[in-house]
Amino acid sequence: MEKHPPPAKKTSAAAPAPAKIPLWYNTDMTNKLCSLTEAIAQFVHDGDTIYAAGFTHLIPFAAGHEIIRQGRKNLTLARATPDLIYDQMVAAGCAAKIIFSYIGNPGVGSLRIVRAEIEAGRLAWEEYSHFSMISRLQAGAAGLPFMPMNPTAAGDLERVNPNYRRVKDPYTGREVVTVPPLKPDVAIVHVQRADVHGNAHIWGIIGEQKEAAFAAQHVILTAEEIVDEAVIRSDPNRTVIPDFVVDAVCPVPHCAHPSYSQGYYDRDNAFYLEWDKISESPAETQRWLEEWVFDVRDRAEYWHKLGEEVHRRLSVRPRLSHPVNYGDY
Amino acid sequence: MNYTASELMTVNAARLLRDGDRVFVGVGLPNLACNLAMRTHAPNLVMIYEAGVIGARPSRLPLSIGDPTLVSGACSVVGMYDIFSLYLQRGYVDVGFLGGAQIDRYGNINATVIGDYHQPKVRLPGSGGSMEIAAWANRCYIITPHQKRRFPARVDFRTSAGFLGGRGEREASGVRGKGPQAVVTDLGILQPDESGELVLTALHPGATLEQAQANTGWPLRAARQVQITEPPTAEELRILREELDPQGIYLKGS
Repeated sequence: MEKHPPPAKKTSAAAPAPAKIPLWYNTDMTNKLCSLTEAIAQFVHDGDTIYAAGFTHLIPFAAGHEIIRQGRKNLTLARATPDLIYDQMVAAGCAAKIIFSYIGNPGVGSLRIVRAEIEAGRLAWEEYSHFSMISRLQAGAAGLPFMPMNPTAAGDLERVNPNYRRVKDPYTGREVVTVPPLKPDVAIVHVQRADVHGNAHIWGIIGEQKEAAFAAQHVILTAEEIVDEAVIRSDPNRTVIPDFVVDAVCPVPHCAHPSYSQGYYDRDNAFYLEWDKISESPAETQRWLEEWVFDVRDRAEYWHKLGEEVHRRLSVRPRLSHPVNYGDY
Repeated sequence: MNYTASELMTVNAARLLRDGDRVFVGVGLPNLACNLAMRTHAPNLVMIYEAGVIGARPSRLPLSIGDPTLVSGACSVVGMYDIFSLYLQRGYVDVGFLGGAQIDRYGNINATVIGDYHQPKVRLPGSGGSMEIAAWANRCYIITPHQKRRFPARVDFRTSAGFLGGRGEREASGVRGKGPQAVVTDLGILQPDESGELVLTALHPGATLEQAQANTGWPLRAARQVQITEPPTAEELRILREELDPQGIYLKGS
């Protein structure tokens, strides 16, 4: 598929023309609003390489669950930290291979299902350090053939992963370590707020969101809030992802639970601990997938099912930044 | 005074930090050590997290490397490529904390695999940031309980570089960092000698050289002068227990 297909299916109600944007600028032309169900159906195919972005923060769990519900198979799942989202997708049988730089349950311990599948020889894997993983995305995002890095003297990962190569720096003659670009078929990027075109504001830990979006052939953007274009234009430095790399814009409040969205809700560490127990038993894991993925229609139903006590526990008091004056030119 | 092994290690790791150090912090004991140092002798310590947070001032105990409490009130937040290239590779990180399943005689660390890489007996989490931290931070510290299985003569897999086969080999590799400077255990402190081999340089009160040797996988030598560490003070323990980890998530036990 081409990088910029015609806009994805739209919902019937286009956003109203935002204030201070001239009426001759036809905003409806690039309205990419659609449901997450539609976006996954249209852009995620069996055998694809997927990058669900987010370094601990803004992990798009709702998209992982939707991929499970739609029964995708043989995916290559790439993420620096596969986290629970890929543990769950591997448990559901979506994956043939995993590309990673740290497979742990963050702050808890082992990522049990991915680990067990690797140890059993049932899951192919490709492994990097964090820096080489993000360098691969950076190369993909920048359209470069490789990224160089200084050598680290720890040669074993280079030895077992032939994607690491050494080349001579043409200027000094010293050796640098290189990795090839990572160009996922689809990146799924969760953000705090976006307009209907896909211009997205992110704050807090920004991880590899931008690089994943630029490196991928297609980008599904999920957002806590869809805001007026004027909100985006009021703070252009905060726009990490521009609309023209985005294929679909999906309003998905609470998309990241049990991960978090800075300023919207807290990280659910209790669930990360609970998953450590659930994932010890294949039967418990399947039971959990039935209850929390297959038996719920979408993220709204999932969030409702979590209940008010969890909502209260994860709620967060506001802490506003000092306003920035861009000047009225 | 009573204290746990975790408290003992945390206090001793904190004392290794200098005021003004820019530290690449991990969660758990390294995070507690840094926060303790900031509240005692190193108020100008700068905590950097691999998730991209610089100058964190967490108001609660962070439970993961990307906890939102690290962001609110921090000095700066940057992307993953920037933190590893502009900050770490460029040489702005003074101290890195490392951990792993195995640490060998020359301070090389295995956090990847036990057994054959392609047919792993035990698959460990892998490098994360540690391969580059071990190479490029000026000084590296390791906090780990002193157990024989954690201290083999040779690691199964070198996830991150200590002194490789000896100090000269690391120097010849041209990496900018000076390598592991201390391993803090619940028995004492190991530090590299001129050859890069880890030797016992300090014992905690009550611990013996024989104990340390019995729990090390190579013939552990003692430095000419083995120090006895100062026990944790009441104030250090108060900060750890009342301010930093009141629920005992990391400090309880043993």
